[in-house]
Amino acid sequence: MEKQILSMQLKIDPADFAPLPKDYFQESRDETKEMGFWKSAWRRLLDNKIAMAALCVIVIIAVFALIGPMLSPYTYDQQIKGDESMWPCMKHPFGTDRLGRDLLVRCMIGTRISLSVGIVSAVIVLIIGSIYGATSGLIGGKVDTAMMRLVDIVYSVPEILLIVVIKLVIDEPLTNLVANVEFFKPLQRIGSGLLAIFIVYGCLYWVGMARIVRGQVLQLKEMEYVTAARALGAGKRRLIKEHLLPNCIGQLIATVMLQIPSAIFTEAFLSFLGIGVSAPMASLGSLTSDALDSITTCPYRMVFPAMIISLIILAFNLFGDGLRDALDPKMKK
Amino acid sequence: MELFHKISKRVLLAVFSFFVIVTITFFLMNLIPGDPFMSEKANAEAQAILRAKYGLDQPIYIQYIKYLQGLFHGDMGNSYVLQKGRAITEIVTESFKVSMRLGAKALCVAILIGVPVGCIAGLWKDKAPDGVIRVISAVGISLPGYVVAAVLMLLLAVQFKVLPVSYNKPGGTIMPMITLALYPTCYLIRLTRSSILEVLNQDYLRTERAKGMSEFVVIFVHALKNSLIPVITYLGPLTASILTGGFVAESVFNVPGLGRYFVSAISARDYTLIMGTTIFYATLIIVMNLVCDILYQIVDPRIKLD
Repeated sequence: MEKQILSMQLKIDPADFAPLPKDYFQESRDETKEMGFWKSAWRRLLDNKIAMAALCVIVIIAVFALIGPMLSPYTYDQQIKGDESMWPCMKHPFGTDRLGRDLLVRCMIGTRISLSVGIVSAVIVLIIGSIYGATSGLIGGKVDTAMMRLVDIVYSVPEILLIVVIKLVIDEPLTNLVANVEFFKPLQRIGSGLLAIFIVYGCLYWVGMARIVRGQVLQLKEMEYVTAARALGAGKRRLIKEHLLPNCIGQLIATVMLQIPSAIFTEAFLSFLGIGVSAPMASLGSLTSDALDSITTCPYRMVFPAMIISLIILAFNLFGDGLRDALDPKMKK
Repeated sequence: MELFHKISKRVLLAVFSFFVIVTITFFLMNLIPGDPFMSEKANAEAQAILRAKYGLDQPIYIQYIKYLQGLFHGDMGNSYVLQKGRAITEIVTESFKVSMRLGAKALCVAILIGVPVGCIAGLWKDKAPDGVIRVISAVGISLPGYVVAAVLMLLLAVQFKVLPVSYNKPGGTIMPMITLALYPTCYLIRLTRSSILEVLNQDYLRTERAKGMSEFVVIFVHALKNSLIPVITYLGPLTASILTGGFVAESVFNVPGLGRYFVSAISARDYTLIMGTTIFYATLIIVMNLVCDILYQIVDPRIKLD
């Protein structure tokens, strides 16, 4: 008998080898692939009730600070004769201070200043820190060692003390500079006190960010998928844009978010020491610390700004935590 | 040997940081226009004599070297404004004793409350006690120090009159102590909680349970011990936060400590006193950080110091 090869002994149905219809896997693909990184992070954030509540509080306070002053009949530095040291009433819901300034509108402006201190310094820190950290991490070698040594030193120096010292020193020259040099005149609206705070933050707080960015870059550089992408011929730009950036941006955003309350906190501390924003400008910190002198006779002056500042810091802390959990699901475990 | 190498590197870095902060503070303070005798009602000649007496007429680098020399002999110059002519070292040592007593109490309170409460929250994760503790600690780290001080004062001293406002009366240290301890306590709670949660996920605990160890031994002997390691690193920043918190607590409650001196030196622009206090505080914090790093290294040799 003629021998048949094995495959011929089997019953083979040609239909089994026909190509599948094109949309056969579409359904399961829809479920998994379409959930991009941002979408799933956003969904996780929406699920986090505490973070969403915190976000609502932040939005409400921001509206209060941005739109509130326009609706108020008074301005923040207007001294209303005859209304000095009034307790909260219909005319002045938050009361007035010793000079007859409406505290509601001062709180609104103060919130505006405190928020901008937080946000601007977070942005400054992000820019300086990530450029420094990324450069250090990408170049590597001796440059990296030297750059990180500098970070170590700045890091080990207690920043709050240096902030006080630097702020004390640059205040006066900065005021002169802004007032006299034509180029800096537009900055006058911000006020030299506030500018000094930004500069001080820029000088000191970037080190934490630089460390994080460098750590991320070093870690990601060694990842298999980066090596794979490089082997497939991906250029530097593509590597940074497609692989490095999306993978460390989560932690960056969370760190920046948590930087905001800490900057507001520090500004309040500087105000307490009497070297925060300069009067008649108000920040929540300066309002609360001004109220300290009359705490036993006029506690209402302290209550409202203290409540707002605590709420802001709490909300940013909680939202930052939620954001970190949402953007970095691996960390959550 | 490797450990020794790492530690000596760390010590060197700390010494270097010390010089950096001394140098920065010195030159920054000298950048300020004018000198301490500008406001003196003396004529130009008398001012010149005063300047010569304190060596302010010499070039700045010589002043810097002199200042460093003085520093090594424990001499930080004299106060020019607040307590005219008194040696800074004397002011610092005297007032720091008061601060230290208060700070040590606050430190103990923070650790004794923060760590156990954090453990409770971590062990009962997502249950009722955890929820309450998390809310309270989140609020606690969001309150600026002087707000805490003001609220305490309003409630306990003015409204209910249970505690005296004055620091010297019996019970007078309680309010400044709470003000100082609140932030670090809440921070420690959060830190301990997350650290415990991390340890509870470790494989070795599962192995121990599988081997039949009692839950008590697993949690209290193995989990807790390992989860306290990260807490050690916080001791450095904890000291720093209690020291800087002292500025607020001592000024509000009129405690005659170094923190209050620092604050009044800032408003009086007493630059030598500011400089002396800054350097003193900075050294203390740098040393504390160093000690924590080394302790950490010894307790957990897996950790790389870099």
